[in-house]
Amino acid sequence: MKHDISLAVRRFIGENFMFRDDGDAITHDASLLDAGIIDSTGVLELVCFLESSFGIEVHDEEMLPENLDSIRAISAYVSRKLESRKIELVA
Amino acid sequence: MTVRVESFLLESARRFPGKTALVAGPARLSYQELAARAASFAAELRRQGVARSDRVVIFLHNSPEAVIAVFGTLLAGGVFSVVNPGTKADKLAYILNHCTAKALVTEPRLAEVASSARESAPAVATTLVTPFNFEQAPAPAQPGIDLDLAMIVYTSGSTGFPKGVTMTHANIAAAATSITTYLDSRAEDIVLSVLPLAFDYGLYQALMCAKVGATLVLEKSFTYPAVVLEKLKSERVTGFPLVPTLAAMLLQMKQLAPGMFPDLRYLTNTAAALPRAHIERLRELFPQAKLYSMYGLTECKRCTYLPPEQLALRPESVGIAIPGTEAYVVDELGQRVAPGTVGELVIRGAHVMQGYWADEEATARVLRPGPYPWEKVLHTGDLFRSDDQGYLYFVGRKDDIIKTRGEKVSPKEIENVLYELPGIREAAVIGVPDPILGEAVKAIVAADDGVTERDIIRHCAARLEDFMVPSSVEFRGQLPKSENGKIARKELVAA
Repeated sequence: MKHDISLAVRRFIGENFMFRDDGDAITHDASLLDAGIIDSTGVLELVCFLESSFGIEVHDEEMLPENLDSIRAISAYVSRKLESRKIELVA
Repeated sequence: MTVRVESFLLESARRFPGKTALVAGPARLSYQELAARAASFAAELRRQGVARSDRVVIFLHNSPEAVIAVFGTLLAGGVFSVVNPGTKADKLAYILNHCTAKALVTEPRLAEVASSARESAPAVATTLVTPFNFEQAPAPAQPGIDLDLAMIVYTSGSTGFPKGVTMTHANIAAAATSITTYLDSRAEDIVLSVLPLAFDYGLYQALMCAKVGATLVLEKSFTYPAVVLEKLKSERVTGFPLVPTLAAMLLQMKQLAPGMFPDLRYLTNTAAALPRAHIERLRELFPQAKLYSMYGLTECKRCTYLPPEQLALRPESVGIAIPGTEAYVVDELGQRVAPGTVGELVIRGAHVMQGYWADEEATARVLRPGPYPWEKVLHTGDLFRSDDQGYLYFVGRKDDIIKTRGEKVSPKEIENVLYELPGIREAAVIGVPDPILGEAVKAIVAADDGVTERDIIRHCAARLEDFMVPSSVEFRGQLPKSENGKIARKELVAA
């Protein structure tokens, strides 16, 4: 599952923010901000993508570099969100 | 007495040596430390052969080093130009050559672009890369007088090539004095800025804080608004400069509640007018903060401001001339017009630039004879009207310049890049209204089969700063033309 998430995120970033090359060029842990791949409007687009593709809701206070600034961080964040939703549904 | 800009810093370091001058990421610098590091930077520039009036291009993200380089260049008697870190190699090379820069200051992240630009900029004698580890040294004595050039700000030109706005120390001191007067800026202020130092609105936050001995909290960007809001609270920020795009992003934050930032004394907005709904929402959320609507252009830094108590009465107005200057509306012949009549806004004052660097023709178009034989006044190219009380209202641009994300964008510059893409037969770029960006950049093209929107955006993203890359592309069989065969932009805009 986690693998699928990071694959989808990588594809989205490659197609939308890295016009010069594909998403393969970026490492799992690279800071998207430091690499100049994402900017403030880019983060909003990324959040829209995550919300619509994974059916999660990204709260304002979760819009943090810890959650969104690398492919690894995004995948982990989305997995956590999906996990907590599962628990909510069960409860 | 003459006032040079580096004396803002030196004077505050003398009055408040231990006070925090700058907070940037984990770094906190006192006035004494900032002044010492700027002095060492100046000594290093001199050691590397940078002399009085030599140009130093600062190609850095917002950082302590960027502020050190600005003041350090002035302490060495040099002229600085801060260039947006999103600039690509070709344009950086153009700027380096245009002002025949002697030195380039950059950081490891930008080194690739910088070295590629430097290959075609032979005048650049030295590149200084962060982190700075210069020997501590005093700054050169007596770097110059206030008539000397202090900075060049590159701004979008309607020809598609950036123009260099030249400002002397006296120009900057006049603008900074006027603005800090109406903002009632004081040493107790703590200003948080997310604006790039390459944008004069961002740069002046640093200059004005130094002038009054205030603290500047410098952020790299507004990418993570929650992080910035946390900083506003934890640093007990009193002043927060905005542009409409930032205000729109801020107002989207759902956790904002009235009274969350009790220390905030004022908000400022410039670059474009805030929508009325955003003004009301800002006033609800920051009930104790004064909100200043302002208007300006790089050529004189700032033209007008609306005294906050007038905001409820005339929310659409950008106000009156800033203190110590004049702003008035003229007709085609340069005669002042009656209230209500639309004409061009003209600016008089000590804050008006000296001209565009190495471009007499463009200079002569905007700096025209004033009331005295020796005086030049600034023709802004912006259409305005005033009301019966003399408050000014922005009506539109005389040229095609697009304003997006608070930045001025020349359609021509983007069109030039579009035409470099094989398969593009005709191209025009216009601004379309956008609730967050102010205007969004839209490309309208006639292209051969097989050229896709992605090809076009990819091509532009590799050659232009982010804010110039079209956010949408429209394909047409051909573009409308005027009688003399030129693309009829007016028809495209009206459509």
